[in-house]
Amino acid sequence: MFKLKDVKYKDILDIKNLKISKNKITCIVGESGSGKTTLLSLLNKLISSDSGEIIYNDKPLMSIDSIELRREVVMLPQIPAIFEGSIKDNLLIGLKFSQKPFVSDDKLSKVLDAVKLDKDMNEAAEKLSVGEKQRLALGRIMLLEPEVYLLDEPSSSLDEETEEMIIKKLVEHTKVNNKSLIMVTHSKKIAENFADNIVEVREGKIFSGGGARDE
Amino acid sequence: MNNIVNLNILQLASAYIFVLIVLLIVKVRGISREKEIIISTIRMTLQLVLTGYILVYVFDNINPLVTILIIAIMEIFAINNIYKRTKKKLSQKIKKIIAASMILGTLASLLYFLLVVIRISPWYNPRYFIPIAGMIIGNSMTGISLGVTRLVDGMYDQKHIIESALMLGAAPKMASKKVVDNAFDSAILPTINSMVGMGIVFLPGMMTGQILSGISPIAAIEYQIAIMLGILGSVSLTIILFVQLGYKTFFNEESQLILKEYQLKR
Ligand SMILES: Nc1ncnc2c1ncn2[C@@H]1O[C@H](COP(=O)(O)OP(=O)(O)OP(=O)(O)O)[C@@H](O)[C@H]1O
Ligand SMILES: [Mg+2]
Repeated sequence: MFKLKDVKYKDILDIKNLKISKNKITCIVGESGSGKTTLLSLLNKLISSDSGEIIYNDKPLMSIDSIELRREVVMLPQIPAIFEGSIKDNLLIGLKFSQKPFVSDDKLSKVLDAVKLDKDMNEAAEKLSVGEKQRLALGRIMLLEPEVYLLDEPSSSLDEETEEMIIKKLVEHTKVNNKSLIMVTHSKKIAENFADNIVEVREGKIFSGGGARDE
Repeated sequence: MNNIVNLNILQLASAYIFVLIVLLIVKVRGISREKEIIISTIRMTLQLVLTGYILVYVFDNINPLVTILIIAIMEIFAINNIYKRTKKKLSQKIKKIIAASMILGTLASLLYFLLVVIRISPWYNPRYFIPIAGMIIGNSMTGISLGVTRLVDGMYDQKHIIESALMLGAAPKMASKKVVDNAFDSAILPTINSMVGMGIVFLPGMMTGQILSGISPIAAIEYQIAIMLGILGSVSLTIILFVQLGYKTFFNEESQLILKEYQLKR
């Protein structure tokens, strides 16, 4: 699905070769500062590489409109963004931004369930705890039903039990709907339990995995 | 209007006693501001005297080219002042947009005001053109300065929110809407607020001047109302032009937020 060749970004990333397969769970691991977030940001064109080529579904990323791409390949940032307004507003704003039709409150409740957020959706989102905000942001992008999820440490502020439950739901959801999931994680356990492929980033270079197993 | 008090030189000189009082106060208190006070007093005096003579000449020798030249000087001065007032370094692109918005916004309002509302003739009559242009350009300058600062700061402060919106598939326009609206709002707010206090808290300079020179207060007030509306129109027009064009300079053609050009001035 994604193929990277000789991709360089400043002196942060230098990727000779990397393949990320479709319909798989790919975990990206590596030390803090190794370039994981930078790698994800390249995949949805939040930044552009200085040289090299990134291919998405056989098309060079350069030839795809950034906004179109980001509506298909949606990224969850490491620090969740909370917009003004209620929990409901925060769920719907993703649909608004990507110009998709709004959904019923019923559907919103289901998503809140999926991310284990047991709150009144008319409550102000700003009041939520850090972990709750993280789950809300996750729920927001689940509503968008993207082709590819780019998740930057989606569970860093959660306890192990909640983390496990939510990631499991997400992985199931991805598999059932034939989507793809690329997830940065610090947790060895998550990577080992759920990943089809593990990509390790070390000082901006790719060290293992690389999707060699499939495709 | 035969009892207007014309100041003679001696009377005017006696007003400088105020400066002497201030100088005495700062001296006694040990605040070292004497130099600034003296320099600014001299500058104020010289600049006004010079302007007075220039205006006398311009009013006596009415010429469209001279009027246009003076307006051009005012615009250049105002635009440069906006560049200087912002603490962040501005990109070339945004500087051009500031200049274009100022020129288009103020000239459109100014011409409408002079030719449709007041209907001066000839159209370049400097007695009206110059002071009214001064007020319109000056107020628009203050407004746009605020707008620039708010827009640049907003893009920085809200970087995370804007980028998060982009990640959710928002077009740059939507991702930065809050920042843009906020910049517009805070830029026109002082103008709106000054309208509220008008006539009660203070008599505006133009009106005061007219009343002192013997015009009936009612006539002066009519002018003041018209000019306030003209200022409001010009301020809003220049700022909406600026923010609508300006936000685009923060994004590249790949719809990525770019802030590196806007570093702090040294
Ligand atoms: N816009 C930028 N300009 C310059 N350097 C940057 C920029 N963004 C990130 N970096 C640097 O690039 C390196 C990699 O950053 P990145 O955020 O990709 O790391 P990471 O692997 O996600 O780390 P963490 O696990 O702490 O989130 C870091 O040293 C960081 O300081
Ligand atoms: Mg990171």
